[in-house]
Amino acid sequence: MALTLEQVKQIAYLARIGIGDEDAARYTHDLSSILDFVAQMDAVDTTDIEPMAHPLDLPQRLRPDEVTEENQREKFLAIAPAVENGLYLVPKVIE
Amino acid sequence: MEWEPVIGLEIHVQLLTRSKIFSGASTAYGAPPNTQACAIDLGMPGTLPVLNEAAVRLAVKFGLAVEAEIARRSVFARKNYFYPDLPKGYQISQYELPVVGKGHLTIHLDGREKRIGITRAHLEEDAGKSLHEDFHGLTGIDLNRAGTPLLEIVSEPDLRSPEEAVAYMKKLHQLVVWLGICDGNMQEGSFRCDANVSVRPLGERAFGTRTEIKNVNSFRFVERAIQFEIERQIRVLESGGTVVQETRLYDADRDETRPMRTKEEAFDYRYFPDPDLLPLVISEDFIEEVRRELPELPEARYRRFIEQYGLKPYDAEVLTATRALSDYFEAVVRQAACDPKLCANWVMVELSGALNRAGLEIDQSPVDADRLAGLLRRIADGTISGKIAKQVFELMWDSGKDADTLIEEKGLKQITDAGAIEKIIDEIIAANPKQVAQYRAGKEKLFGFFVGQVMKATQGKANPQQVNALLKEKLQGGG
Amino acid sequence: MHTKTLAELAQGLKRREFSSRELTQHFLDRIRRHDGTLNAFITVTPERALADADAADVALDRGEGGPLTGIPLAQKDIFCTDGIRTTCGSRMLDNFPPPYDATVVARLAQAGTVLLGKLNMDEFAMGSSNETSYYGPVRNPWNTDCVPGGSSGGSAAAVAAGLTPAATGTDTGGSIRQPAAFCGITGLKPTYGRVSRWGMIAFASSLDQGGPMARSAEDCAMLLQAMAGFDPKDSTSVDRPVPDYGAALDRDLRGIRIGLPEEYFADLDPAMAQVLEAAMAEYRRLGVEFKAVSLPNIGLSVPAYYVIAPSECSSNLARYDGVRYGYRCRDPRDLEDLYLRTRAEGFGAEVKRRILIGTYALSAGYYDAYYLKAQKIRRLIADDFRRAFQEVDALLGPTTPTPAFRLGEKTGDPIAMYLSDIYTIAVNLAGLPGMSVPAGFIDGRPVGMQLIGDYFAEDRLLNIAHRYQRETDWHRRLPPEFA
Repeated sequence: MALTLEQVKQIAYLARIGIGDEDAARYTHDLSSILDFVAQMDAVDTTDIEPMAHPLDLPQRLRPDEVTEENQREKFLAIAPAVENGLYLVPKVIE
Repeated sequence: MEWEPVIGLEIHVQLLTRSKIFSGASTAYGAPPNTQACAIDLGMPGTLPVLNEAAVRLAVKFGLAVEAEIARRSVFARKNYFYPDLPKGYQISQYELPVVGKGHLTIHLDGREKRIGITRAHLEEDAGKSLHEDFHGLTGIDLNRAGTPLLEIVSEPDLRSPEEAVAYMKKLHQLVVWLGICDGNMQEGSFRCDANVSVRPLGERAFGTRTEIKNVNSFRFVERAIQFEIERQIRVLESGGTVVQETRLYDADRDETRPMRTKEEAFDYRYFPDPDLLPLVISEDFIEEVRRELPELPEARYRRFIEQYGLKPYDAEVLTATRALSDYFEAVVRQAACDPKLCANWVMVELSGALNRAGLEIDQSPVDADRLAGLLRRIADGTISGKIAKQVFELMWDSGKDADTLIEEKGLKQITDAGAIEKIIDEIIAANPKQVAQYRAGKEKLFGFFVGQVMKATQGKANPQQVNALLKEKLQGGG
Repeated sequence: MHTKTLAELAQGLKRREFSSRELTQHFLDRIRRHDGTLNAFITVTPERALADADAADVALDRGEGGPLTGIPLAQKDIFCTDGIRTTCGSRMLDNFPPPYDATVVARLAQAGTVLLGKLNMDEFAMGSSNETSYYGPVRNPWNTDCVPGGSSGGSAAAVAAGLTPAATGTDTGGSIRQPAAFCGITGLKPTYGRVSRWGMIAFASSLDQGGPMARSAEDCAMLLQAMAGFDPKDSTSVDRPVPDYGAALDRDLRGIRIGLPEEYFADLDPAMAQVLEAAMAEYRRLGVEFKAVSLPNIGLSVPAYYVIAPSECSSNLARYDGVRYGYRCRDPRDLEDLYLRTRAEGFGAEVKRRILIGTYALSAGYYDAYYLKAQKIRRLIADDFRRAFQEVDALLGPTTPTPAFRLGEKTGDPIAMYLSDIYTIAVNLAGLPGMSVPAGFIDGRPVGMQLIGDYFAEDRLLNIAHRYQRETDWHRRLPPEFA
């Protein structure tokens, strides 16, 4: 399945990966050939097959409601790119 | 043309758990920023979620309370979008298979009852907070709230006016607080509402295009935001325009809604089952265990109060506003063993008034149910009059003593000895010949004057019925 | 000392023939001498290693400690190490010292092992040649013009060249088995859920599984014993007792039935077929019976994988946004710019390709055609294996279609690269355990045979591999330049 350049740009934006025009052309080619490749799946009729999201046929385990984590803010903030007054800083968010 | 509004609410209820839905970090409100955000809440590489049992239990409790189907198997999905307060770049939320299915809630409005459908309720994690105060033109991110368990309760589009919407929201608020699954604190964001609003010509079956008003955090604002939005949509339609499906924010200062800056097309949430979590399987035993923990529900208690105690619907509703208040009332009735209506009046008027003035909640009341019942018993058995009782109540409020002690100490016991009352009446008749003559000449309004004199002479302690009867007799007797 | 197996090293340490410090120093010296050529390590941790070794020696001197006490190991750089930078082969995490240990790291430390350093890998484990690493390609010790395989290429090369006695790896579509085969070592991908994923940086959560990479099956058994087991921090970790893998190694193979999937042999390279024939002959002598089985849907495993793995990765890698840790672009103009540039600059080409494919496969209107379709095919493939294991105890086939290819040979053609995992990927889709065992050489380059077991049958797989290794010496050969 051939993707258009516009589609690739839209996908890249959804994934928040900045791509220039040159990259976009290359990705359009690569992604199209990968999609052609995975289209082999269409050869099999899977109408009544239950999708398998997980290799384990087990239920979710539940954790007791206990506070087990201590405050490690300073340790976490020490590896952050930009912080002030205990907060992570990002360019202004406009709603 | 006449327009009919169609409203559905999505209410986010923060569940009252100690720890977060997928991590062992505390959910306590108001901690310094990022001190309750652990590696999992921060979306650190390699960290994994494990589901909190209490969150599931509280969700099931809600489901049972609205008589909903509890899904024996439900699935957590990822809702993918980028936002700085969403550390993993996705929110874990139930999508196709929620834990709570279809249920309902009955609202009361202007003496009518209406059953509002609940479409579903699902578990999900809350996001953090963006703080827009100026950090040199930057935004600060506090992730303490990230991972707090939420139950998103989605109503059917069954609401037809802002008033109905608020009645539903209040009823839901009452229920979740009653069940103890939420603290209901709207200022702290524990109970938040998104409203879907559309209008259609009256009689039309198809829905109009809806808009979603995000994050309105008080009953009053919900009513005003919906009202504004209905009027706005009608204006648009009547001037030949079309309503655009979009997300809008309510600006309380200007009392208007306006579109959000972020465009809806920018979102494609790409939901898929979270591979880090397995399907949530709920057993019959678990459901039955939770069912046994369910208290009597507000609607049932409301009906019982009317039936069992003969209360008026309005009074029953006031007294079942919160579980604590209704428990208090019932404790008073039980211990006072007197007319439930008297108990209802005292709880609704004297007690609630005093609590309001003091800014206290019912469970902080200085006069507990036991002592209030003690006071009402003394009214019922004629030891004191209602009027004296108010005095005793004030003394109880301040002193912490019980009614009997105070009646004794202050000598407030009602005078019921007919001889003693007669003696006082005789003295008053003797001291006021002019008024007696006027009364007997037909100025019956003066009767009140004599009652007042008797009460004054007895410091209000004379039994009012006896005073009335004896006065009448003596004044008429011409003696 | 670098030619010895873990069992031999453990015995030497116990008998105090050499100290852990001497052993550790020996491997640190070898890393210094040879890693310039191989580039198998991203980070070497000599101070930590020697401190670990000294602590182990104290225990060993007292006659304490377990079978792994004092044994030097290296960790694939996908496992978080508290305070030691963990890059996942990516510029995005070039400056990331995790504030916690992965469960695998903690368990191996608990077992008394010595941490030599962190091993090179394909970026975020996405690759089959170790050429997508931000830290440059790793070279194959048997032929330095060739790739070591990937994504655990650093692990495989370091073990093969004797820079570490053993290593950890992770396997999402073959990332333990394929490099083990290319480098002539033994690697085991356990059953999904056997080894905790806590602190193991996610690529595709429903496929990723950590496992041991070492010279022999016996060494893998020793490592797996320490790595495996229930972890309450991982919802997908299975609460099931861990058998004594060592005790199972020597079990008799007579009467064991091994299946030969027709689809694995249909278009097999003749040289590879010859290698497997020889291995089968060895097994027949041990009393194993072979039986042809069919896995009819296995041909669709690579296409299904290249929908599922990228879908999960597109979501798993959304957290790398330059806000809380890791790479952040310089002077972002606004929030959008922060995201777009941080992720454009922080991720390499293959990672971006997969994120884009996954984003597309999950997006509105395409979900059913791609993601859901792939999950259904996944079910068909798992069912194929289920049927096969009703008839046989294990499956045998090639690990890879060919021996190691040359650096650069497949970098221009993603699909050719993806197809180098054609025999390993189905095992991850089903969640089964799989091993690669050295089985011979083609043109001087090692190749492996793959053994696939039923769920939680690691003990059986290790047994089957070990009995073969008792009869053969492919696993004991060393690349001449690094002997």
